Amino acid sequence: MMARRSIEPLVWILFSVGGVVAAMFVPVLLFLFGFAYPLGWLASPSHAHLVAVVGHPLVRVLLFFLCTLCLLHAAHRFRYTLYDGLQLQHLQELILLVSYGGAFVGSVAAGVLLWQFG
Amino acid sequence: MVDRITVEVARYRPEKEAEPSFQAYEVPCRKDWVILDGLNHIKDHLDGTLSYRWSCRMGVCGSCGMTVNGEPKLTCATFLADYAPGPLRVEPLRNFPIIRDVIVDIDDFMQKLSAVKPWLIRDAEKPLAEGEYRQTPAQLDEYKQFSMCINCMLCYSACPVYGLDPEFIGPAAIALAQRYNLDSRDQGARQRDEVLSKHEGIWSCTFVGECTKVCPKHVDPAGAIQRYKLSSAMGSVKDFLMPWRGK
Amino acid sequence: MSTERNRYTEFRPRWYRPKMSTWWWLKRWSSLAFILRELSSIFIAWFIYFFLRLVHALGRGDAAYREFLAWAASPGIVVLNGITFAFVLFHAVTWFNLAPQAMVVHLGGKRLPGALIAGANYAAWVVATALVLWIVSR
Repeated sequence: MMARRSIEPLVWILFSVGGVVAAMFVPVLLFLFGFAYPLGWLASPSHAHLVAVVGHPLVRVLLFFLCTLCLLHAAHRFRYTLYDGLQLQHLQELILLVSYGGAFVGSVAAGVLLWQFG
Repeated sequence: MVDRITVEVARYRPEKEAEPSFQAYEVPCRKDWVILDGLNHIKDHLDGTLSYRWSCRMGVCGSCGMTVNGEPKLTCATFLADYAPGPLRVEPLRNFPIIRDVIVDIDDFMQKLSAVKPWLIRDAEKPLAEGEYRQTPAQLDEYKQFSMCINCMLCYSACPVYGLDPEFIGPAAIALAQRYNLDSRDQGARQRDEVLSKHEGIWSCTFVGECTKVCPKHVDPAGAIQRYKLSSAMGSVKDFLMPWRGK
Repeated sequence: MSTERNRYTEFRPRWYRPKMSTWWWLKRWSSLAFILRELSSIFIAWFIYFFLRLVHALGRGDAAYREFLAWAASPGIVVLNGITFAFVLFHAVTWFNLAPQAMVVHLGGKRLPGALIAGANYAAWVVATALVLWIVSR
């Protein structure tokens, strides 16, 4: 299989997995930490409990994947939105740098934060 | 007394006009008339210079596709009365160069269609004496939906990705490639993959989904493209994780 | 639009090639829905930023966590999160509804109906949501 050395299928599969992860987990997390706890709809969990949860190695790994996959998903989709919606194909290099570069920087930040957590 | 409806038809006469304009005609709006009947009425009784393509007038030949009030439609399968009291606008299919009036140039689509080799490919034909290639109803069901395509190009007309990037191989060609890839008698998937797995193949598609919505034969080209992306990506992931596999 | 490969001949004197408007997606509701669906990407990125701020605050102690909750309750952030929530839900629903078109599952030699695949996605969504609720608020 000589022709098959394109990176596109891999990027697409990461985009898709990211789409699934975002659809499954972001609504509930945003509901809890964006509304329910800050606005007092639900009693917010104690700091100690959340530190115990996020501090668990497995949770940290899963959260890292959540962040990375969601960011890659967003970057990929945003890139094509600029092509389709604003016809900016001629700015391809800049768009690639901003979208995937941004996702990369965000993923590194997530990795550092979760690695040093606790 | 029959109701009448105004049809505004796009006219483009390249020998004397730089760009298209609309010309209004009043045609009878009979309950059983489709838009194509209205166009034929114009051609026969009102203005013989109007140019458009049509043939079977029963949704099989795929030649009478036009843009009706902004939507790609088969004019032989769309009733005039549904647009009463009018006026309704008939324009050429979008995303194609216009040759004259509502006739578009379809060469690009024809080239793309043949590029995906939409026929049964065998590594070696078995001898005639061994009989036909048999297929179970379940095997037929695998591709039957995609075989309903009549090449009417409504999907290309609806596809913004094709409109923006004419190199995109497009919905119908990919659906037809899948029609043969999924056929148990076919062995040409690898040859078609060379065309499909390029950027201008499946990866240009952003799953707008309009192709599937406008398809008069319920082929679901968008589904065909996403399915191909998924199987192609799974193949790549396997190649990536197990580089020793395949060659 | 077509490509330049198409040769010029004397019987094809002049094509008219309409250009696609930059704002093509404002002309039909379904196109606008498509662009809105794609724009959900921005809001997912915002959520990740918001979430990482939470993680950062948690790591700095109880006071920082309280500060984060107060910041998240400020009107501007609540409005932004409200818009984000709408987009994220739109993403989730469109994603699950389109899943059957991309996935074909065979079970016992039979092809599962699309509604079942979408249904399985929604069921998984419920389970995932319940799981997060249970872990976070236990």
